[in-house]
Amino acid sequence: MRQTYANVTHKMKRKSVCAVETAAQMIFTVCAFFAVIAVASITLYMIASGVPALWKVGVREILFSTVWRPTAEEPSFGILYIILTSIVGTASAILLGVPIALLTAVFLAEVAPRRLAAVVKPAVELLAGIPSVIYGLLGIMILNPLMYKWEQAIFRGSETHQFTGGANLLSAVIVLAIMILPTVINISESSLRALPPQLKASSLALGASHVQTIFRVLIPAAKPGIVTAIVLGVGRAIGEAMAISLVSGSSVNLPLPFSSVRFLTTAIVSEMGYASGTHRQVLFTIGLVLFAFIMIVNVLLSAVLKKGESGHE
Amino acid sequence: MKKKNVVKILAALGMAVCMAGGLVGCGGSGQETSTQSTQQAVKQENEAARAENGGQETAAGKESAEEASEGSADLSGTVTMAGSTSMEKFANALAESFMAKYPGVTVTAEFTGSSAGIESVLAGSVDIGNSSRSLKDEEKSAGAVENIVAIDGIAVITDPANTVTSLTTEQLKGIYTGEVKNWSDVGGADGAIVVVGREAGSGTRDAFEELLEIEDQCAYANELDSTGAVMAKVAATPGAIGYVSLDVLDDTVQTISLDDVEPTEENIKAGSYLLSRPFVMATNGEVAAQSEAVQEMFAYLKSEEGQELIQTVGLIIPD
Repeated sequence: MRQTYANVTHKMKRKSVCAVETAAQMIFTVCAFFAVIAVASITLYMIASGVPALWKVGVREILFSTVWRPTAEEPSFGILYIILTSIVGTASAILLGVPIALLTAVFLAEVAPRRLAAVVKPAVELLAGIPSVIYGLLGIMILNPLMYKWEQAIFRGSETHQFTGGANLLSAVIVLAIMILPTVINISESSLRALPPQLKASSLALGASHVQTIFRVLIPAAKPGIVTAIVLGVGRAIGEAMAISLVSGSSVNLPLPFSSVRFLTTAIVSEMGYASGTHRQVLFTIGLVLFAFIMIVNVLLSAVLKKGESGHE
Repeated sequence: MKKKNVVKILAALGMAVCMAGGLVGCGGSGQETSTQSTQQAVKQENEAARAENGGQETAAGKESAEEASEGSADLSGTVTMAGSTSMEKFANALAESFMAKYPGVTVTAEFTGSSAGIESVLAGSVDIGNSSRSLKDEEKSAGAVENIVAIDGIAVITDPANTVTSLTTEQLKGIYTGEVKNWSDVGGADGAIVVVGREAGSGTRDAFEELLEIEDQCAYANELDSTGAVMAKVAATPGAIGYVSLDVLDDTVQTISLDDVEPTEENIKAGSYLLSRPFVMATNGEVAAQSEAVQEMFAYLKSEEGQELIQTVGLIIPD
């Protein structure tokens, strides 16, 4: 009788230990899945709220029409110009920003004397911390008036050009290029620094100059990291809204350097407050398009990362 | 080691980007579906109510005005408002002075846009939906009652250095539709016109285009999403023209007379100035059916104090 009792308590103890183990395991699993659930539910939500308008208005009318008149008597929801603007704007920002960022990374990792690097590095990091609205404000104060002067000089007497007061694609591209600098610089620099020192040493030993070593050996070797940096820069540029909504003029136009343009992000931001009915649904569709773009960039990123890892080993 | 860190950072960033992308959209859809269901529910009820609205509304106003004069300083409750950004100044002033008079009442005001405000009031999430345009028929049939509390004028503005001080309605239409591109065509100095306006869906833009009968024909070079942004842009850009509510005017910009009528209160009241619009505080069902605090607020607006308040924020009292 007594023995059985002891046996039972022992079993109970074991059971409670088991329960703690299981509970802990469950908590870990739930935590691990939290991010996955977030991504999955956001994806579902974006599709659920973005697709109805595609059916209602028509895929072609939305994606391949250029007329954006959401509140007209006979509304038109063409976002082709908006999509083009996002692509052209992001691509130009990358073309402008990446060379500067890459050379800065080389400077920090290879060229700069330690003291100078100690000044430049924190400055770059600080650049990453500046809120995007500040970039936008500076764009309004400095960039737009400058652009307006250029615009007046270039299009003097033009009958067809619509004057924008300096709020144009070029301003947005410059702001975006500056905004992606810290991302690209930091990641490129760490990938340059992560290179095995033998690479540089053997190149120099073979008689190559420092500059030759940088461009022929180090940068090619750090390519996977640099590509990652660029893809991340694209992600940042395509998702940015606040800064460019202040400097781009926000009219829907073909993305020409001196035209007022609207990006996918600014299209949502600027009209969400007052939109209703189909107009609002189409704004969700724009969100879906943006989401798709960012997903593509992310998939690209992981592909590049995988390739980089396999190439490294 | 470094590589690992990079991967981690990348993963975090990627996630952040995803989340941000998703979150942008979150604001409205839920609200909208709830609105729709409410709309359906309320619809029947209100179709009956609407027929009698006209008469009852003024009666209700008078009744509660009488109650107010008895002095219900012990009134308590909350009044929530949401809606037009153009009505921000007015709504904040109203909330402040109303709460000063009735310390027991809490008034909150959000500024989400006219359409969003009406949606909210129909969904029952706020008591009053502020709208800086007349209600649409579909909104009325969903149960929203149009209570015009003030009239706002829209002023056409240019940068302070502009020599043009008066335009005809036709010239203004020409400028906004893109036919007139140079100030010299409308009697000014040679210089490009930078056409500044508001985004689609904005109450000010709706009102401006509707009043000028140029709906959806406008060729904007800048579509800005707030009144303040328009003021700042026009003030800072030589050759710019824009439109804003009369009550936000200040010295940083120059106002334009329309057909030689200045945008002043007297002219708007007299009806000679073209660009004016109503400020509506929409309720879900007639005022008399609202909570005591809400009724009291409408009564307050009709009182002498309320009328004074309307004037101090640069608005015009409707007749």
